[in-house]
Amino acid sequence: MTIVVNGAALDAPHDARVSLLDFLRETCGLSGTKKGCDQGACGACTVLADGERILSCLSLAVQYEGRSITTIEGLGQPGRLHPLQQAFVEHDGFQCGYCTPGQICSAVGMAAEIARGVPSHVTVDLGGEDILLSHEELRERMSGNLCRCGAYNGIVEAIAETYGAETLAEAAE
Amino acid sequence: MTPFRYMRATDAASAVLKGGAAGARYLGGGTNLVDLMRENIETPESLVDVTGLPGGIDELPGGGLRIGAAVRNTALAEHRAVRLRYPMLARAILAGASGQIRNMATVGGNILQRTRCSYFYDEAGSRCNKRHPGEGCDAVGGFNRNHAILGASSACVAVHPSDMCVALAALDAVVHLRGNGGERRLAFTALHRLPGELPDVDTMLQPGELITAVEIPPMPFAARSTYRKVRDRSSYAFALVSVAAALDVEGGQVRDVRIALGGVAHKPWRAERAEALLRGGPLSATSFAAAAEAELASAQALSGNGFKIDLARRTLVAVLEDLSGEIA
Repeated sequence: MTIVVNGAALDAPHDARVSLLDFLRETCGLSGTKKGCDQGACGACTVLADGERILSCLSLAVQYEGRSITTIEGLGQPGRLHPLQQAFVEHDGFQCGYCTPGQICSAVGMAAEIARGVPSHVTVDLGGEDILLSHEELRERMSGNLCRCGAYNGIVEAIAETYGAETLAEAAE
Repeated sequence: MTPFRYMRATDAASAVLKGGAAGARYLGGGTNLVDLMRENIETPESLVDVTGLPGGIDELPGGGLRIGAAVRNTALAEHRAVRLRYPMLARAILAGASGQIRNMATVGGNILQRTRCSYFYDEAGSRCNKRHPGEGCDAVGGFNRNHAILGASSACVAVHPSDMCVALAALDAVVHLRGNGGERRLAFTALHRLPGELPDVDTMLQPGELITAVEIPPMPFAARSTYRKVRDRSSYAFALVSVAAALDVEGGQVRDVRIALGGVAHKPWRAERAEALLRGGPLSATSFAAAAEAELASAQALSGNGFKIDLARRTLVAVLEDLSGEIA
C-alpha cells in the first residue's frame, strides 16, 4: 500500500517512527507544510487527509497508508493560486508566513465541515441543519491555528471573503 | 522515540491477540500517544492500530446508542441523534481540542488519553509518581493551578483532561471491553480510577484489554442537557472546571438529574451527592447552591488551585439555573 500525496502514490517509510510531517517535508520534498511546535499545539503542520484537516506532526506516516493527503502545494501553485491563497495575499493574511500553509489547509477543511453542517462550540442551535459562518464561528473553528505575528484580522478577512456567509449566499444566487 | 513495530488490526479478535503481547499498545488517532512517545514517556514495543475496526454509531432498541471505539470525535459530535438526544455529549466534544484534533481522535483514544500535568510531561526535570512510581510528585508543592481538588492523594494530584468523558460519566454510559479472557462490560464511571497509592494506573482495564464500544442508555430528559467549560482562553484549552448536566423537571420539582464535573479530579467526577440532594427536591436557587456545596464539601485546595472550589460550585449552580430556565 502507498500514501497518495497530491495525487502521486508513494511508498510509506520503513521506519514507523517517521511522522507524516517529516515524511512530507523530508521524503517528499514538500516543505510547504511547516513544523511549528511538533506537539499538536500550533496547527502549522495542518494538511488534508481525504479532505479532512488533520495535524501531520501527531500522525505517523504509516497510519496514512491507503489515504490521500493534500498539502499546500496540492491546493495551488504560483500562477494558479487557490482562491483562498489569493485572498490571503489581498488581505495581508500573514507577516512571516510560517503559519500560512497550515491556516489555509485548515480553512479549506473547515469549509467542508461547514458545508456538511458540523456544529462548533459556539453554535447555538445544535439541531440546525445549516451553519452560518459568522466571525464568531470562524474564529472558534480556526482556533487550532496560531499566528505568532498576530495577523488574525487579515486571516479572518481572507477566510470570510472566500467562505463567509455573504460569499456563500452570493454563490447560491 | 524508541523503535517499535506497527501493525493494523481489522477485527477485535485479532487486535486483542496482537495487543495482548508484552509492550504492545493500541493506537487510535495518535493525538496523545504519539506525542507521549516522542517525549519518551510512553515507549511501546509495538503499536496495534485499531482505527480500522468495524463499528459506527448504531441505534439500540429502546433508544440508546452504541458507539464504536474507532468513531472519530467529530463524527460523534456531528451525529444527529447525539446532537438532539444527548446535546451535553456533542457540546463536550466540541469544547475540546481543535477541529484538526477532533477529526483524528477516536472515542477509545479520548477515553484513554493521559493527564496533561506538566510534571508528568517533564521527563527530564521533574519527579512524577505516574511516570516513575515511588519517586515523588513535584506538582504537590509546585505550580498546581490546574490540578485536582477532589479525590486526589499525596502521591498524585493530576486531573483527567477529557471533556467527552465528563458527559459520558453523566450519561450512565457503559464501556464494552474485550480481552484475551473474553468480553465484559463496565460502567463508565468505574473505568477510570482515583490515584490513591497507584497513580501510574489510570484505569481498571486489564493488560491488553481493548475498548470496543461505548453504549449510552436511553435518557429522554438528556435532550435538555448541556456542558459548560471554564478555561483560561475561549477556545483550544483544557478545562479549569467543567460541568455536564441534565435536568428532568415536573411541577417545579426535580424529578431526575445527572451531573458530572471535569478538570477537578483524576477521573471524570460524577456528582452523586449533588444529584441525591436535588432529586425529588424543589427547583430553586437555594437547593442548587446546597447541592453544589455538598458536592464540593470534600474538596481540598493545593497551594495554587483554591479558586477552583468556588469556580466549580458556581459553574454547577449556573448550569442548573440555565437548564431550569430552559424548562420554565
